[in-house]
Amino acid sequence: MQVKTMAEYAASGETPEILFWVGCAGSFDQRAQKITKAFATILDKVGVRFAILGKEESCTGDPARRAGNEFIFQMMAQNNIAVLNGYEVKKIVTTCPHCFNTLSNEYPELGGNYEVIHHATYLQQLIDEGKVRMKEDGGFKGKKITYHDSCYLGRANNIYEAPRKVLEALDAELVEMKRCRSNGLCCGAGGAQMFKEEEKGSTRVNFERGKEAVETGAAVIASNCPFCMTMLSDGVKEQGKEDSVQVLDIAELIARQLD
Amino acid sequence: MNIIQELLFVVALGVAIYLFARKAAQIRKNILLGRDVQLNDRPAERWRNLLLLAFGQKKMFRNPLVAVLHFFVYAGFIIINIEILEIILDGIFGTHRLFAPLLNGLYPVLIGCFEVLAVLVIVGCATFLIRRNIVKVKRLAQHELDGWPRSDANYILITEIVLMLLFLTMNTADQALQQHGHEHYIATGPFWISGQFVPLFSGLSDTALVAIERGCWWMHILGVLAFLNYLPYSKHLHIILAFPNAYYADLRPKGKMENMPAVQKEVQLMLQPELAADEPPADGIPKFGAKDVPDLTWKNLLDAYSCTECGRCTAACPANITGKKLSPRKIMMDTRDRAEEIGAQVAKTGTFAEDGKALLRDYISEEELRACTSCNACVQECPVSINPLHIILQLRRHLVMEESSAPQEWNMMFSNIENNMAPWKFSPDDRDKWAVEMNA
Repeated sequence: MQVKTMAEYAASGETPEILFWVGCAGSFDQRAQKITKAFATILDKVGVRFAILGKEESCTGDPARRAGNEFIFQMMAQNNIAVLNGYEVKKIVTTCPHCFNTLSNEYPELGGNYEVIHHATYLQQLIDEGKVRMKEDGGFKGKKITYHDSCYLGRANNIYEAPRKVLEALDAELVEMKRCRSNGLCCGAGGAQMFKEEEKGSTRVNFERGKEAVETGAAVIASNCPFCMTMLSDGVKEQGKEDSVQVLDIAELIARQLD
Repeated sequence: MNIIQELLFVVALGVAIYLFARKAAQIRKNILLGRDVQLNDRPAERWRNLLLLAFGQKKMFRNPLVAVLHFFVYAGFIIINIEILEIILDGIFGTHRLFAPLLNGLYPVLIGCFEVLAVLVIVGCATFLIRRNIVKVKRLAQHELDGWPRSDANYILITEIVLMLLFLTMNTADQALQQHGHEHYIATGPFWISGQFVPLFSGLSDTALVAIERGCWWMHILGVLAFLNYLPYSKHLHIILAFPNAYYADLRPKGKMENMPAVQKEVQLMLQPELAADEPPADGIPKFGAKDVPDLTWKNLLDAYSCTECGRCTAACPANITGKKLSPRKIMMDTRDRAEEIGAQVAKTGTFAEDGKALLRDYISEEELRACTSCNACVQECPVSINPLHIILQLRRHLVMEESSAPQEWNMMFSNIENNMAPWKFSPDDRDKWAVEMNA
């Protein structure tokens, strides 16, 4: 397959259907790169003409803004908006709920107005339209999957059902943690916590959440965020369950079962 | 009732209303210490929030059992106010049970309903006292409630029980007097609850019964007026402020952070210096973030005064759950305490001069602020639409932009973003490496 950049599309005078906003974690983090590749594979298989910004993409500024550094945020945001507006981007799909939140809620008042969709919602649309079809004897059929609501998709943007609908398409048994949906417990990475050591406490947030997820007895913990992915993987390791419990992004789950 | 009693009553009522109004005006002033923010858009949605969240207590029902008990106390409080109206009119005009002849057969039904509510209020408040002091529900027993906040909560619950008992005892004595055919106590028909207890008073003389009835009547209404004046000094103020607070709640997605137009402009001029020529000179150096109460918005301060310290925010906070110092409830209590402190100074001297203290550090530590994951659980949980996260993020902005105070790892993250366009130290050239691998 060929992943093309906006620049390449522009050079050939074509316009892609969507811009796939990869995000920093999806671009650089080895584990998150697999999510990126899985989602790109799905898009390719379904025949969606998509582009990436490639080297022209920058951090949205989310962690800087939440740590308190508005200057860095504004620099990133205004540069990104200049690039996006330069390509006349209309529709963005992203695999990171932090990028999703910043692009859709915080860029408009700075002059960046786009239709922004998180990949959970986008995958649900593709499934509903019959464009994504699963294998008949899916590998997850009857398996227990628990879904972890990321804060920036859930409480921050009220998206709870789309990712669950995507998981339903796998014919798996969906088990909920006690703290789910709007009661969901954070993985511990938001608000720029990903980039620093936690404050002193009795335990780590991701250990607390990892324990809760493992206790459901699920074979798979499904996530929708590259930062939750890191935190939950460590949480599962802390429980000594890394061999029996997998943490997978919903895009990876779908990519594995594509017909 | 003689003229002296009527006079005493009118004076008591007048003094109570005057004192309450004076304190309410002071609190309004304290809230307006905050910076201005426009929260008047989309009125239809705001009225909806007021009806659903404040009037309907929608979020309380996330925990149905407690919600039902709380609803009893709340409904009891509101509906029994109709009875208070009769009591006040009786007090002013020297009448007795003014509504009885007007409503006839309906009157004992109405009073019966009030009595059922009064019993439910007692059940609710007693359960709440047990949850606080015997069961010691975690969020109601945490250490930030030590001292005054804990006593405050108990005083409120005990007062409500006492007021309801006075109301029921008054009605029992009244009915005993009715049975004795006392001329002042017109026959109303039996009341549902207090009617069951009349035999208890059967041996008492008319004089004793009148003393009990009048005593309870006076203590009840004076208790209500005293309670009214206790409200503004107490966390119980939420029974009033929950309504405006729901109306002015932020309607945007919870993930959206408040923009800083001053920084936006500055960065814009840096990136496009050609625009600077047309720019009018800025007036004064803008302040970044919040260090003290006047830097916060008036909604943040209204939040602080609306907080009844229930701790649902803290019970849901991932940092607090895992033993960190951060407690969103404490953020609100600190903000209110500091607003009171500044407000008192302004009331005394007419202006706010530096007092060597600030909300940041003297009340809220950096360690607390740093522990927040911005997960919005506290905002989601609050039944009266308080947003502790907004305060936390404004204080963080002050720390980083005014004091350059950040953990070393955050400083590295900042410089990575600035230099490499990613929070980690990777080469920007490798951003599409995954795509190159796929294309190969």
